[in-house]
Amino acid sequence: MTSEKKIYLSAKGITKTFGFGRQKTVAVDNVDLDLYEGEVVSIVGESGSGKTTLSKVLLGLINQTSGDVYFQGVKRDISTQAKKQEYWKNIQAIFQDPFSSYNIFNKIDSVLLDCINMRGGRYLPREKKIEMMTEACSFVNLKFEELTNKYPFELSGGQMQRLMIARIFLLKPKILLADEPTSMIDACSRATILDELMHLRKETGMTVIFITHDIGLAYYVSDSVYIMEKGRFVESGSADGVILTPHHPYTRRLINDVPKIYEEWDLSTV
Amino acid sequence: MKHTIQQVFRSGKFVLGFSIFSAILLIVIFYPMFVKDSPLAILGQGTFFPPGIYVNVYDSMSSTAYTLNLPDAAAKRVANKLSEEDRLSIKEWLVAAGIPESEIDTTDTAKLLGQWSANFDPKKSIPGMTNARRNYFIRLNTSLKGLLSTEGATISQTNPETNELEQVDTVNQKDYVNVGEVANTRILLLGTDNFGRDILTELVAATRVSLQIGFVAGLIATLIGLTLGLLAGYIGGLIDDIIMFVTNLFTVIPTFVLLILISFSIGQEQRGAFTIAVVIGLTSWVWTARAVRSQVISLRNRDHVNLSKLSGHSIVHIILNDILPYIASYVIMALILQISSGILAEAGLSILGLGPRTTEVPTLGLMMNWAMIYQAHILGNWWAYLPVLVTIALITFSMNLMNTGLDQVFNPALRD
Amino acid sequence: MAHTMLEVRELSTKYVTRFREDVYAVDRVSLKVEEGRSLGIAGESGCGKSTLALSLMGYYFPPLHYMNGEIVINGKNISGMKPDDVRKSILGKEIAYIPQAAMNALNPTRKIINFIEDVILEHEMYVTKKDIYDRAKKLFETLGLPAEVLQKYPVELSGGMKQRTVIAVSVLLLPKVLIADEPSSALDVTSQKMVIKMLKQLMEAGFISSMIFITHELPLLYNVVDDIMVMYAGQIVEKAPSHSAVFDPLHPYSKGLMGSIIVPEKGLRDVKLTAIPGVPPNLKNPPMGCRFAERCKFVRPECRVSSVSLREASDGRVYRCIIPEAELREAYAREEHKNDK
Repeated sequence: MTSEKKIYLSAKGITKTFGFGRQKTVAVDNVDLDLYEGEVVSIVGESGSGKTTLSKVLLGLINQTSGDVYFQGVKRDISTQAKKQEYWKNIQAIFQDPFSSYNIFNKIDSVLLDCINMRGGRYLPREKKIEMMTEACSFVNLKFEELTNKYPFELSGGQMQRLMIARIFLLKPKILLADEPTSMIDACSRATILDELMHLRKETGMTVIFITHDIGLAYYVSDSVYIMEKGRFVESGSADGVILTPHHPYTRRLINDVPKIYEEWDLSTV
Repeated sequence: MKHTIQQVFRSGKFVLGFSIFSAILLIVIFYPMFVKDSPLAILGQGTFFPPGIYVNVYDSMSSTAYTLNLPDAAAKRVANKLSEEDRLSIKEWLVAAGIPESEIDTTDTAKLLGQWSANFDPKKSIPGMTNARRNYFIRLNTSLKGLLSTEGATISQTNPETNELEQVDTVNQKDYVNVGEVANTRILLLGTDNFGRDILTELVAATRVSLQIGFVAGLIATLIGLTLGLLAGYIGGLIDDIIMFVTNLFTVIPTFVLLILISFSIGQEQRGAFTIAVVIGLTSWVWTARAVRSQVISLRNRDHVNLSKLSGHSIVHIILNDILPYIASYVIMALILQISSGILAEAGLSILGLGPRTTEVPTLGLMMNWAMIYQAHILGNWWAYLPVLVTIALITFSMNLMNTGLDQVFNPALRD
Repeated sequence: MAHTMLEVRELSTKYVTRFREDVYAVDRVSLKVEEGRSLGIAGESGCGKSTLALSLMGYYFPPLHYMNGEIVINGKNISGMKPDDVRKSILGKEIAYIPQAAMNALNPTRKIINFIEDVILEHEMYVTKKDIYDRAKKLFETLGLPAEVLQKYPVELSGGMKQRTVIAVSVLLLPKVLIADEPSSALDVTSQKMVIKMLKQLMEAGFISSMIFITHELPLLYNVVDDIMVMYAGQIVEKAPSHSAVFDPLHPYSKGLMGSIIVPEKGLRDVKLTAIPGVPPNLKNPPMGCRFAERCKFVRPECRVSSVSLREASDGRVYRCIIPEAELREAYAREEHKNDK
């Protein structure tokens, strides 16, 4: 099914180590990843599995120790600030903690204005900019009139995260990397965020990478799933395949240990 | 921003420190407007005049005399003139003359003198007493009689024609002058120093210079520390290694020793107050740099910085907009501490004689240095050094209080 | 009828902020836990569930303040007792509390056994260290913890092991009621499962008679407790047996909460997650009427005016809504029908 689709982003032999000598730790160990156009992919792992490091390498926020990232079939070059900016027009992110994702000294308007500027709208008339911001906010069911001139910390966590989605709406990247976008959010707001994210994906056809520790969430949103343990992918495949018929012992353990409600949760396995 | 300032002024410690500091600042600003003397003008001929009101003797003689019948004027005069040594000698004689020691009270001047006049007999020989000692007692008796006399003093003038001394006026014991009518009086609240300069005026001027030195030194240290810390923390890698190498080098050399060496090698002639400030600033940036660096490293990986990068902002923009505001409160606190430690460092240097050259401006440290060289602390001339000490203590105390207060506001872990 | 272990009547507590504002975090909560039963408390963050846990112990210290209500533990009325007396005679003996970050309470410079000695010597005078060690060893073995842990320092243990150690220590004095406030949310899934298994063991082996388990993770709650109580804005909105609370919630808020459950099980991908729009009310001045009115799909004008009291449904559960049970069920059925289309 994926053969006729284009590979958007691929990683070949990505390795990232921290420290030297005895203190050397391998966060990501020789990882390969192929991302097709319009797909939703989840990378699932527990804390310390290296999934966040991998996401930062893919974003170009940190440099890999070895290996290459190919974007649309071409080897990624982010050696200069200008090239980085060009790359970041195509790949954007939503981070885990909405409370630390905003600069608390900047008003909300400036967050959205940055996005318009980045899309080349720096010299648009003021009314046009406000119109664009209003549209973005209403996409995530926020009212721009209520947000303008406010500081991020005056919003709730859910609202902040929705504003992040509004930001993505303005930027319209080809790939969105969502690093645990709902783990700091209450269960009731979680559905809203996921709905809006999926709605945005449907509208723009962008490729989404979910980084999460919640295997249930990965199952709910994604087409294919990668299970990551200690810096390596131990199992990957379609969501139904990996979650319902896991092969690797680690995947099995992970799924076993998550509390269930429809089936019996077997406590004797630990 | 407004909210933060309100919060700062809710902290009792900050408000106390701020009030003390602004009081000092106000005095430093407004005192020179009222007292226009040069702070280094030499007023007194002689060293260490005690604090008090100085009334011109010549002028008070020619002022109108007012007679006031105050009851214990004579006793007060005697009490004032009779030294502690004299009192003990009187006691010694009385004991030798057979008065029980329990009946003698050297603090009760009237009773003591009564016992003396009742019992003293110059002819009486006391066993074991030398002639010289006996003569001393006779002299003491004469001077006491002079003190106890009720006659006035005579003022005489040499007649320029006859070259003879002529009596022009007498001053009675009950004569008073009104200080307001005396043409020349001077209040020296803190006395004079070893050169005869008014300490109060000098102290105010010295405080101003010391504060200036502190501000310049603190600003230089904070600017260097902030810049190096930001660069090392944000850019990291080789630049971080180089900067941290230099910083560690400075950390292991005792700053004060370095300061002494630099100050000494500059030489007395080149050492102005500003030079000293720059030297202090150049040697004390180390801790600011280290602290800023560690704060920046923890900020560098925060998501809002990552987001700012993803929004295509340049390094300069990120440092100025996404890093600096977060550490601004810390930097302000560091600046306050640097200023107060700059003032202390100047005082320390100057006490050792390595401060600014002494002829132009007074500083708090120089005043301490002068008092020490002229042995004010041994001679008991407290006014020469104690007010300086108190001023230094008040400045640093108020600044540390402000710092602690700010810390309570900005550091949520310390809030109660 | 079973013996009542913990009974709370109309308990209200508040926080006083730094700016002298009152936050009414727990508002007239009544609950009853019987011997051998466990009660789960669910709700969003900020709904007052952790504050309720603290309030249940009767151990108040600023900024938390007791307002009114009664707490009866195993027949003893502890409301109005001095905090010091509560600490000496109630905590640990009658009621034990495990906070979320309990594992951080271990002093890193002391061995686990020293910590246990402290706990026992505080309450019992004539015991030897040998006795204490034997007792601790026996307890640890019963709970499936290796006895070597006793001679180790906290840094040598993993997070899950530390948390289980603290739980074991908290039941040393055989408390009647155990309050566990998110005991596993900082742990990875495997350690979480071990903690849950251990809590169930404690109940089965009779170390504790009753348990109150607090979490926002509903699948976890469903697997641990007998009854679930849903809290919203400081009030109880629904209390029901676990199965009906999860699969057949009655209150619109519970309905929304249960609709947001995500589990990696077959059929999840076909379920549409429901979301509750809006944010909870500010507890500094809670709304006059129903506290959920602003976010409720089925809100009626009278909801905003009069306060709503708990009412009983046909199957014996209680819920806080002015809409009768039958009408609510009808409304839910209509919603589902609409979604199917």
